[in-house]
Amino acid sequence: MRKDIILAGVGGQGILTIATIIAQSALKAGFNVRQPEIHGMSQRGGAVEAHLRLSSEPIFSDLIAHGTADLIIALEPMEALRHLDSLAADGVVIANKKPITNIADYPPVEDIIAEINAIPGSKVIDADGIAASLGNARSMNIVLLGAATPFLGIDSQILKETIVGLFQRKGQDVVDANIKAFEAVAK
Amino acid sequence: MKKILLGDEAFAQGALDAGLSGCYAYPGTPSTEIMEYIQGSALAKERGVHREWSSNEKTAMEEALGVSYAGKRAIVCMKHVGLNVAGDGFVNAAVTGTNGGLIVAVADDPSMHSSQNEQDSRAYAQFAMIPCLEPSSQQEAYDMAAFAFDLSEKHQTPVMMRLTTRLSHSRANIETKDVPAPQNERREPENPRRFILLPAIAKNNVKKLCEKQADFVKLSENSNFNKLVWGNDTSLGIVATGIAYNYVMEAFGGDCPHPVLKISQYPVPKAQLAKLMGACDKIMVVEEGAPFVESQLRTPLEDARILGRLTGALPRTGELNPYIVAKAFKLDVPEPRPIPELVKNRPPRLCDGCPHINTYQALTEALKGYDSAKVFGDIGCYTLGALPPFNAISSCVDMGASITMAKGASDAGIHPAVAVIGDSTFTHSGMTGILDAVWENSKITVMILDNGTTGMTGGQTSIGAGFLERICQGLGVDPDHIKSIVPLPKNHEENVKTIKAELDYPGLSVIVSKRECIQTLKKKK
Ligand SMILES: Cc1ncc(C[n+]2csc(CCOP(=O)(O)OP(=O)(O)O)c2C)c(N)n1
Ligand code: SF4
Repeated sequence: MRKDIILAGVGGQGILTIATIIAQSALKAGFNVRQPEIHGMSQRGGAVEAHLRLSSEPIFSDLIAHGTADLIIALEPMEALRHLDSLAADGVVIANKKPITNIADYPPVEDIIAEINAIPGSKVIDADGIAASLGNARSMNIVLLGAATPFLGIDSQILKETIVGLFQRKGQDVVDANIKAFEAVAK
Repeated sequence: MKKILLGDEAFAQGALDAGLSGCYAYPGTPSTEIMEYIQGSALAKERGVHREWSSNEKTAMEEALGVSYAGKRAIVCMKHVGLNVAGDGFVNAAVTGTNGGLIVAVADDPSMHSSQNEQDSRAYAQFAMIPCLEPSSQQEAYDMAAFAFDLSEKHQTPVMMRLTTRLSHSRANIETKDVPAPQNERREPENPRRFILLPAIAKNNVKKLCEKQADFVKLSENSNFNKLVWGNDTSLGIVATGIAYNYVMEAFGGDCPHPVLKISQYPVPKAQLAKLMGACDKIMVVEEGAPFVESQLRTPLEDARILGRLTGALPRTGELNPYIVAKAFKLDVPEPRPIPELVKNRPPRLCDGCPHINTYQALTEALKGYDSAKVFGDIGCYTLGALPPFNAISSCVDMGASITMAKGASDAGIHPAVAVIGDSTFTHSGMTGILDAVWENSKITVMILDNGTTGMTGGQTSIGAGFLERICQGLGVDPDHIKSIVPLPKNHEENVKTIKAELDYPGLSVIVSKRECIQTLKKKK
């Protein structure tokens, strides 16, 4: 098994949380993991990215080579397109629908969505809307993680256990809300 | 134990497990997580490992050397440009030598994700004539800590640990020791007078340091971190250092037809290099950072057959990645898809509600009408004042340079000359500039932006925050020209007035603009 995943979004959206969940789950499932991320100026609304490599074989490079990623998970639609140069010919994109328009020249959202939909197998999901309808708008990232789960090659039960472990210290309510968010799209 | 750790964290855990007594550091991307990990470690707490931030890299370096003098193990951590600040202590620590193990961990930032330049710290290690380790994986970063301490103690030398962004900030699963090694007891240095660098003693020390060089080369040649893996196609030999080795292996799918020499310990292993160069027609040198090894191989006789960053085989600047490296070997790789033109840049910006926004608004308005005014900036979140809509600063060079450049510009006739500097940057390197300006009563206006934290690097302690007025008074600034403002929209008019009055004063003034960073405020809630 080998999966190369690009995670993209805007600072503060919770990219690193889903990266952590996938990485820890992969470790539990017995895979090797590499996860380079861009730290630093991320709190100020700039673009954020993490690469995530999972493999049953040893992994050499931390970074994913251009044109070889299996999956892009994007918490923001334009950020999905920013990393298309990484995506393999048969790779897919799972993107959140809601744009973050904190720049003056943000392009028309319909054009962005059309570009994503043109990639076979890709999905644009209203993760913010789904999270809000579940009464926990902050779990948008977990909704999207749930939507991406069929592409990860990791048993969703393991992912669920990791989510429980991660949110446990914040109380049972937070755990339940996140599990609900995780299962929202699958159901 | 199995753990998922960042490269920075793996090194920190390795140091803790090897009996660390003190971590000393000033924050700087991508090195910050070393100290942060130790601050969060239960083992560090239980053992009373020193883990407070220092004022700057030089004080951190010397404090760590003090721990080493006492016979205990210390690490000092910084980003690459921090080593310029620590340079004096660093180079001279090589001359005194160490007692307890001393590791200087420096994280380089090729491609300058968050830095002013992409200097390569391996050159500093060579300059100071000390061994340097460059891990290619998080596991090596972990293992090298114990190895470096032993090396440092056995050979009485500081050891550099050179990290780079993509290792520092990449997580991987690693295997750690179950039982940490004990910390050192205090012990007197052997031949303690070597720490007194009077010329008579220093001469002897420098001679000894030179004599150690042959040993250091031997150590590299026998090191498990360096390895020569043979391949049958000797039309090309490959030298790959640190994480560049991973990119080479990735490019060849783990099975390289050419001989490959992986270098992760310096000085360069001469015997292996000689063997490789003797057997191969051409040599490709792949390294993350400057053409450091490449330049050493590129003697006049060898020049024509060495390929690398200096021949255009690889880009002259910037980080490598598996694609660039595969291309350099002319391997058949998938071509990247084009990025649609509609994708726009999303540059970092000041957070909504950031105090710096209001400070810049007031300063910009106060400066209206002074056509020849120049504002000298410094390094921190407030450097983003260089971008629209503020376009408020004319320079950003190195920490502390706002005050001293403003003074020099004022000496040369620029008026008003304004310096804008953050609280942490001020205590890092701004105070001595103030002293120069006090001595000459320079006609400059210094604005210290006290947001209570080291914001840029993620909100670490800022040592002087909250009592900067007292520091300035102590440095001799006229108390009548030390002003405080609170950067809030409702105070705008008043703040503009205060700034204007000081711009018109023909001498040194300091205005402290004080309001907490929104991000640290949020974290407290
Ligand atoms: C010599 C050196 N050390 C460290 C850094 C990394 N660095 C950049 S800005 C900064 C601190 C900024 O803090 P402050 O001056 O308080 O401004 P703020 O970001 O809080 O506005 C640091 C540590 C650097 N660029 N150069
Ligand atoms: S992190 Fe703090 S200082 Fe930096 S831009 Fe945000 S609010 Fe301002």
